[in-house]
Amino acid sequence: MASILEESGFDPHKKLKVVGTSPVKLDGFDKVTGRAKFGADLALPGMLVGKILRSPHPHAILKSIDTSRAEALPGVMAVVTRDDLPDQIQGSGDGDLTRNVMAREKVLYDGHAVAAVAATSESIAKEALKLIRVEYHKLPHVIDPVEAMRPGAPILHEYLRTEGIKGAGDKPTNVVERQEFAMGNIQAGFKQADVVIEREFKTNPIHQGYIEPQACVANYSEAGRVELWCCTQAHFGMRDNLSVILNIPKERICITASELGGAFGGKTIMYAEPVAILLSRKAKRPVRIVLTRSEVFRATGPVSGTHSRIKMGITRSGKFTAAEAEMVFQTGAFTGSMYYNAPQCMFTRYDLQNVKAVAYEVVSNRPKVNAFRAPGVPPVVFGVESVVDELAQAIGMDPIDLRLKNAATEGYVTVYGEALGPIGFVQTLEAAKNTEHYRAPLGPNQGRGVAAGFWWNRAGDTSGRLDIAADGSVHLTLGTIDIAGTRSSISMMAAEELGIPLDRVSAPAIANTDQLSYNRLTAGSRVTFSSGVIVVDAARKAIAEMRRRAAGIWHVSEEDVVYADGFCRVAKPSVGNFMPLSIADIVKQGGPISCESAMVVTGAGPGFGLHIVDVEADKETGAVKIVRYTVVEDAGKAINRRQVEGQYQGGAAQGTGWALNEEYIYGEDGRLQNASFLDYRMPVASDLPMIDTVIVEVPNPKHPYGLRGVGEVPVVPTLAAIANAVTKAIGVRPRELPMSPPRLLKLIEAAGKGKP
Amino acid sequence: MATRAQVTVTVNGELRQFPCEPQQTLLDVLRDELQLTGTKEGCATGDCGACSVILDGRLVDSCLVLAVEAQGKKVETIEGMAKGQQLHPLQRHILEQNGSQCGICTPGFLIAARALLERNPDPTETEVRYWLAGNLCRCTGYDKIIRSVLAAAKEMRGA
Repeated sequence: MASILEESGFDPHKKLKVVGTSPVKLDGFDKVTGRAKFGADLALPGMLVGKILRSPHPHAILKSIDTSRAEALPGVMAVVTRDDLPDQIQGSGDGDLTRNVMAREKVLYDGHAVAAVAATSESIAKEALKLIRVEYHKLPHVIDPVEAMRPGAPILHEYLRTEGIKGAGDKPTNVVERQEFAMGNIQAGFKQADVVIEREFKTNPIHQGYIEPQACVANYSEAGRVELWCCTQAHFGMRDNLSVILNIPKERICITASELGGAFGGKTIMYAEPVAILLSRKAKRPVRIVLTRSEVFRATGPVSGTHSRIKMGITRSGKFTAAEAEMVFQTGAFTGSMYYNAPQCMFTRYDLQNVKAVAYEVVSNRPKVNAFRAPGVPPVVFGVESVVDELAQAIGMDPIDLRLKNAATEGYVTVYGEALGPIGFVQTLEAAKNTEHYRAPLGPNQGRGVAAGFWWNRAGDTSGRLDIAADGSVHLTLGTIDIAGTRSSISMMAAEELGIPLDRVSAPAIANTDQLSYNRLTAGSRVTFSSGVIVVDAARKAIAEMRRRAAGIWHVSEEDVVYADGFCRVAKPSVGNFMPLSIADIVKQGGPISCESAMVVTGAGPGFGLHIVDVEADKETGAVKIVRYTVVEDAGKAINRRQVEGQYQGGAAQGTGWALNEEYIYGEDGRLQNASFLDYRMPVASDLPMIDTVIVEVPNPKHPYGLRGVGEVPVVPTLAAIANAVTKAIGVRPRELPMSPPRLLKLIEAAGKGKP
Repeated sequence: MATRAQVTVTVNGELRQFPCEPQQTLLDVLRDELQLTGTKEGCATGDCGACSVILDGRLVDSCLVLAVEAQGKKVETIEGMAKGQQLHPLQRHILEQNGSQCGICTPGFLIAARALLERNPDPTETEVRYWLAGNLCRCTGYDKIIRSVLAAAKEMRGA
């Protein structure tokens, strides 16, 4: 029998009862009553408070750490430093992991962990941190990635040599890697163009901004077994990494994921978790570490700042002839920015034959960058879609028409060498053009912008289980952490496949790492897709088992039994006169049914979106207000419509913060100056209007119900859509983010002076 | 060890006594001493609203209130919002309209929104947006939260 990956069984004509509706989230009740247990909500008997001491310097040699006075403080039960972590080869992946958890030879950013304590109370733990004496030898630092590339810049890692450049020499550098993606003939392409526009763009680092700070509870037993509770997107991956950096066998580490209070890519790696385990081992008691908001800003998650140069050519008739880009990604103190997504995704959606995109990843004295929705893509799409807007203006074409004229369709071979399957970019653009919003009149000082975006969507290693109880109720166990209601959508697919009401399916349990085989992390818009495939596969196995059992009970062949809507029946009257058997009948007679599915899921379908945004600019102050916003995006199939809308709206809101306000601000001393929600200004309710959504559904036939991922695309076009709208409103094009009032005011004033 | 004070507070109608250190916040005590973990900590600096509670009828960030300041006062938290199995209309609308995605900010929004509707049963969208501007949500873009509050207000007015 063909596997579900070869034959998804997608049927565009299937009448759906559950999929495509908007039932209440199964986990929602606990979230509105305060019952849901997040990372910081677990307390164990005898639990200690863990606290981490962090470097105030952006770059320094860590000469010595004296913890004796802290250890002597009554109530302090354990202190750990770099000496408690096994050494790993410097410059290796494991070496970076352990050094980001706790500084070893050097501190590499303001906020880098240098020691930790566990104490019987928060106040004692804080007092103990003050008693730790750290001797630093300060070194010159570098914050901006372009400065970090210059000759003579302070070097973070003496061992670092650029990968991807032949003959790069043997001198230390801050450039981790160069990657190039190219196809066609770029020179010939630009020769065919009537108009060529080349521009430079800059975006500043931001934070994912999840409201729940990282939190964990570690309990190390005398048997050498680790129990860890934490908020993470990647519990299986964390287990594997902890095993390496703590030298504890995987079978002795069990991680239970809490409810996840926002993550957006920022909870894909470990921070305090290994420290809590080490403290627990020393103290022989459970230890909880909850990061403060300031620690979250200084030591977790930021998103790369970027510099990019974008060049595109177009004919008078509006056909793109070539696109070229060069970009620099700041990755913080260690590699891992996933910058390579950018050159691959930035132009993908246009039918371009001549493309060259070169990207560099650069270390500097900032916290290690972590993923954020469509990692790496939005800040360079900001540049691409700004240039596309300028090209449309240059040849006098409607910006959506221009995109329609150049839209990639099925069969287009991308710069990363894959041919696109059935995709919905054209349909998305047409739907956008048909919105009332796109035709609505604008008020004074207002401007309208549009921009498009792409994300390939991910799949990968996934496993899960479907159990049926004697009363016919269905119980799901998933290995993918629920990020925003995914488990609810996945249960809807199980109900649909089994043809039973949704209320016969349990709220899926999220397995701990002992209960299922490896699951790739929750990221890349992969979960509803991948765990959906797994659950449908498991449901099909359960149906096959029920048909087998019914055939046995009736003494007929399996082919003579059909299953539909919760019952096994005879395929045709000639088989015999048998009463249909319900799921409960079959399980009661034949014993429990438990069906697992585990595989490397493939077949994720690319997603495309177009955003339309109206802004109003105050030319006196440089302040920009979002007046109207519409997100148009291809979901393939919206399993739960309201949740899909929520993804679109949330992505647009996050992108709005990125575009207008959010940035990491460093002083000359290399210290982060705005490590709080007061000074790091994320959008609040009064900053935004309602966000309209249009769900386009061009099915992905590789999925049983046609879905694509919807988590990443909604943030991709936002920055450029807003920049294009601001350009119309103020008459000058911003090329640096955020478009905060002081920056825009400067632009407006400069333009005013430039004019006669 | 710091001196501990004995504090008596009425929490969701129930008289509770607890020892606390002078620097402990009401949030710390609710979560760690009284095990009422529905009230969340997002920043501990009064900037995110995740720890919103009602203190003697006033909406406060419990991270900015010292526990000893709550002596003799009434505290209302998310745990007291539903009456038995019956959700408050705000809770029901947030649930039904998917106004809660990850859910970490939800208790704070619910408490803040209830305080608004007690003062202003018929708020405009703008009034709701400005009242809730002290509560951060990173998932939803606020759209479904605002709609839920307006719908709950309408229902509670019997309109």
